[in-house]
This record gives sequence, structure tokens and C-alpha cells, in this order.
Amino acid sequence: MLDFIKPWIETFQEFLYLAARAFRNIFRTPHYADDIFIQMDVIGVGSLPIVILIGFFSGIIMGLQLGRALTTYGAQGQIGQLVAIALVREFGPVLTALLVAGRNASGIASELGSMKVTEQIDAMRALGTDPIQKLVTPRLIALMVVLPLLTIIADFIGLIGGSLIAIGLLNITWSMYWSSAWRALIYQDLGQGLIKPFLFAIVISLVGCLYGMRTTGGTQGVGRATTQAVVVASIWIFVITSFIDPLFFT
Amino acid sequence: MADPATSEVLRFDDVSLHFDKTPALDHVSFAMNAGETRVVFGAAGSGKTMMLKTAVGLEKPDSGRVILFGEDVTNFKESALFGIRSKVGILFQEGGLFDSMTIADNVAYPLLNQQARRNGDGPLTEAEVDAKVLQTLNFVELGGTLQKYPSEVSGGMRRRVGIARAVVTEPPLVLYDSPTAGLDPITANLIIHLLIKERDSRNTAAVLVTHRYQDGHLMANFRYNPDSGRIEPARKLEGRVKTKFFVMNEGRLVFDGSETELRASQDSYVRKFVK
Repeated sequence: MLDFIKPWIETFQEFLYLAARAFRNIFRTPHYADDIFIQMDVIGVGSLPIVILIGFFSGIIMGLQLGRALTTYGAQGQIGQLVAIALVREFGPVLTALLVAGRNASGIASELGSMKVTEQIDAMRALGTDPIQKLVTPRLIALMVVLPLLTIIADFIGLIGGSLIAIGLLNITWSMYWSSAWRALIYQDLGQGLIKPFLFAIVISLVGCLYGMRTTGGTQGVGRATTQAVVVASIWIFVITSFIDPLFFT
Repeated sequence: MADPATSEVLRFDDVSLHFDKTPALDHVSFAMNAGETRVVFGAAGSGKTMMLKTAVGLEKPDSGRVILFGEDVTNFKESALFGIRSKVGILFQEGGLFDSMTIADNVAYPLLNQQARRNGDGPLTEAEVDAKVLQTLNFVELGGTLQKYPSEVSGGMRRRVGIARAVVTEPPLVLYDSPTAGLDPITANLIIHLLIKERDSRNTAAVLVTHRYQDGHLMANFRYNPDSGRIEPARKLEGRVKTKFFVMNEGRLVFDGSETELRASQDSYVRKFVK
């Protein structure tokens, strides 16, 4: 039993150590601003098309499923409210984070993993650069900035998708849909919807970096690290959600 | 004060390093002075690379002491090691070139990095950095590859870029990890000629890890003649005794001596490296 748990505990310990050093480096020189902006571009702008697409279709699917249920009770006027709450509280942050984890935790792990197996990380250390400062902290900062922004975009596009169903199939007017959606949201929803992506960003970036930087075993090891990074980041997204949700339950 | 020409640059005092329970280094001890060369032979996994990495603190020994330029760096924190590492050039086995950077940027990296750490103490201008990069790439006969990426050049050229990056800051100690591995004999000889040229033009101390006896033989018996610009047989015995040979087996240093002693060794493992 102990042998089974030990690697998990060690990995978690490494994660905490990496997180502590990455956060400490935010306040230490040298700062690699260029790398932060490059990562914002790669992660943020690069993920935008897929986030827009998935956000839009989530809104449509939610509109269809909720619309059908609401019509049964003659309450289709509430469609804007339900889509808004479901998207902003839960589906927007979680779906966006899962997409970004799939796209970028894997990208980060494979990039850093390749650097590790080709001794680029050792070279960096030997040349006097802290790899955590140069590679991890910029990715952490970039994700903490862009993931909440991507989530806001996904929420908005999802609401537009839902509105098309409301107007086209449920005969709800544009203004009725949007005013219902707007009135449904309270500050707690917005807080919940923005705290989550912020925490997801920390997990996605650090898990990707951790599995990348501990890669061993050549190109096969890079593949393994990439898969592990996506799986672990995705699991953590759901774990964090289930811990955050009860805080806002009341 | 110690004479910098003969002062000790690197010392291992009973250094051991284990991964799980497998010894990577097993009670290794040696010392080398400025201008000396050590040629390290050994089978794959015998601890050669680990010895180089331990020398600059990339791996921490479990026991023993590593003295680099007179400082005990065994328990130095990573941040404290950055300064002393600037005195050591390293060519990694896998090259370690940053594939997102051009060859010119790779070679400029140590110069700019050291400059950033000096906080503007005698900073080099951009033109000076460019000139130094070009001069160093010309030294390894790659002056025309400045704007190429490492993936766009051959394996032998990548090694030469690695050498350029290792020596661009003119460090007094350079560690070469298998610089000729996997290369054709012509390119391998060219690389060794470059190492001899670098060593003799600046009196650099060098540790060369290799599988090829011929590499060690050339390092021990040939010198760079700055007047003719060619590699020539070393005439003086003094030149030859500056090169010593190590043989490693399962983390242990099983041979430490001159080329003559190496050739005379009756140890069956050691003899495998003498051809």
C-alpha cells in the first residue's frame, strides 16, 4: 500500500516545491517579459479559435436541452437565466480549462520534456539561467492572465449560441433572453466563474511544467510525460471545481 | 597567492553519487590544474557524464567534496553556483543547443547572460557581442551559419556550435562530453583538432569524455602551432605529461595515469579502451 502511495506523495511534494519556486520567482529578477508575451500569444491567441468554437456549441447544446425541459413546464422564458448561470458558474470555466489543458498542458510538457532529454535544461543551468525562472514562471504568469480572459470569451460566445436557440426555436425575443441572462447573474457567480479559471491556470501550467521537467527516457519519455500531464491536469480541474463549488453553495 | 598558470581548477575528494541504489560515482578522487587535460574513457553508464555534471553542480554528490577553482561547491545553492559556472564551458553529449534560437543567438547566450548577471559591469555593446560571436563561430569554421537554426545543420556542425558556445566566454576550464560520438572519422578528427586549438591557444584546462582512444591520443600528443595555424606533433615531453587518462567502470575511477601507463596496463577492462 505504502509503495503504491509513495510515488503520488513524492509527485505532489515536487509539485508544491515547483509551485513555491515559480511563485517566488514572480518577485525576483531577472524577469523574462518577452517569454511571458510569447506564451500569452501561444496559449491565449492560439487557443482562441477552439475556445470560441466549443463555447458557441456548448451554448447551442445547452439551449436545446434546457429549452426542451423548460417548454414542458411552459417556462421557456427562463432559458437565458439558466444558460447564463450554467455557463458562467460551471461549464464556461471547466470546458475552457479542459480544452486549454488538452492543448497546452500537453504542449508545455512535450516542449519542456524535449528540452530535458536533449540536455537543454541542463545547458540552461550550466549557462547560469534558472530554468524555473526562464521556463516555468513565464508560462504560469501567461496562463493566469489568459485563462480567465478565454473563459470570459467562452461564456459570452456560449450565451450567443444559447440565444440563437432561444430566438430561433423557443420564440423568445433577443432583449428578453439577454435581460433574463443578465438579471440571473449575481456577483457570486462572477466571482466563482473567475476564481476557478485562475486556479485552473496555476494547475495546468505547473502540471505541464512539472511533468515536462521530470521527463526521462528519451522520446518515449516525452510521450509519456505529455499524456500524464493532460490526464493529471484534467483530474485536478474536476477536483478543484468540486472543492470550490461548495464555498459558493449558499 | 597561487600562480594562476598552475593553480588547481578542479578537485574531487572521495565523491559518491547514487541513483536509487545504483552508484553513478563511487568514491571518485582526482585533482587537475590549469592548462591540464584529462581524457576520460569508460563504457556507457560508467559515470563519465555524471562526473562532468557533478563537477559543475548539475548533480549533487551524496558524499565527498567537489572543489571548483578553490571553492567547495558541494553544498552550494543553485543560485550561488551560477557565478562560478561562468568560469566553466560545457559541451553536452546531446548538444544542449536551444533549438528555438538561431546559432548566433545560441553562441551569444552565455555572453549576454553573464552580462545580465554582472548588472552592467563593463557591458559589451551589441556590436561587440556580434563580433565575438562571429569570431568564435569562425574559430569552429562555421562563420556562415549565423542565422540558421540548430535543426538546419548537420550533427557535426551542431557539435561545433556547441563548442563555440562552450568557449565563447573564454572560460579557464572546458568540459567536453563525448564530442565525437556518432560522427564520421573526418568530422571527429576535425572536432578534436578544434579542441586542441582551443586548449593551446588559451592554455585552457579540459576534460574530454570519449569512447575513442584516438581522441585521447591526439589530445596527448598533438599541439596547436599558432604560427603555422596547424596541429602538429608535440615535441616536448612537458606537453605530453599535461594530459592524463582516466578509465571509469561502474562509477569507479579504475585507472588514472599517462598514455604510456595506459598502454602498459594489464587490466582487461582498461585494455578494451586501448587500440
